[in-house]
Amino acid sequence: MPEPTLNSYLLLSAVLFAIGTAGVFLRRNLITILLSIEVMLNAVNLTFVAVDRFRGSVDGQIIVFFVITVAAAEAAVGLAILIALFRHRESLNPDAFTSLKW
Amino acid sequence: MDAISFWAFAAILVIASVLVVGQRNPMHSVFLLIVSFAALSGLYVLLGAPFAAMIQVIVYVGAIMVLFLFVVMLLNTPTEEAPAGGPIRRMFGAGPRHFGAVLSGVFAVELALALRAASTTLPGTDRGTPTPTVYDIGVRLFHEYGFAFEATSVLILVAMVGAIVLARREAR
Repeated sequence: MPEPTLNSYLLLSAVLFAIGTAGVFLRRNLITILLSIEVMLNAVNLTFVAVDRFRGSVDGQIIVFFVITVAAAEAAVGLAILIALFRHRESLNPDAFTSLKW
Repeated sequence: MDAISFWAFAAILVIASVLVVGQRNPMHSVFLLIVSFAALSGLYVLLGAPFAAMIQVIVYVGAIMVLFLFVVMLLNTPTEEAPAGGPIRRMFGAGPRHFGAVLSGVFAVELALALRAASTTLPGTDRGTPTPTVYDIGVRLFHEYGFAFEATSVLILVAMVGAIVLARREAR
């Protein structure tokens, strides 16, 4: 098996990010869409840690720390909005929320 | 040894993430995402970043995913119903979602092309540099990034209050 290089980590992260975008585009459940966003955030985190290793610095890991903190805040607010939406429509299908359409 | 663990963790990560996106039941998606995060923290350890691996497990799996599980159970959400029609339609849905599928495919190809252009000049990840310890991270975090650290604590407070206000049942 070939030794993993920086490029294999970056490629893995790109694959993960693409999976996340596909999830956002293809799913019709708000919870799964939020989970796909988490997948994308983790793909970016992997890039930060891999490049960090490559450069021998710690800044990437600190940014990962901040990204995870912001992701926690995002998840809390996003899920609260989701609960409020579910109370309104009894559905989590994004196609059900059409009040702004005209 | 490192190579085998890398490919094993990478395989688990990609398969679990594909299954997260492919599930109709959000409950299964959450559990599969936990598997994928565990594999990712294994990759962080391989990259010599135990701090990132630990906060991945503690914050992501221990806090964020539990929050998701609570909401999935609280709402008792129905599994997503399959659209009627042939197998292609069942997989990619109708109308705009076809466009979305094409768009994410184009995006994946673009990323692969960009990385292929760069691949010749990138050396291996292990260059014999000493792995930074948690001590180094702490010193940098509280000196250079002190303001950002305080700002995130304010952000979390705001998010907490916001979540309570948004999810509160309105008094009639």
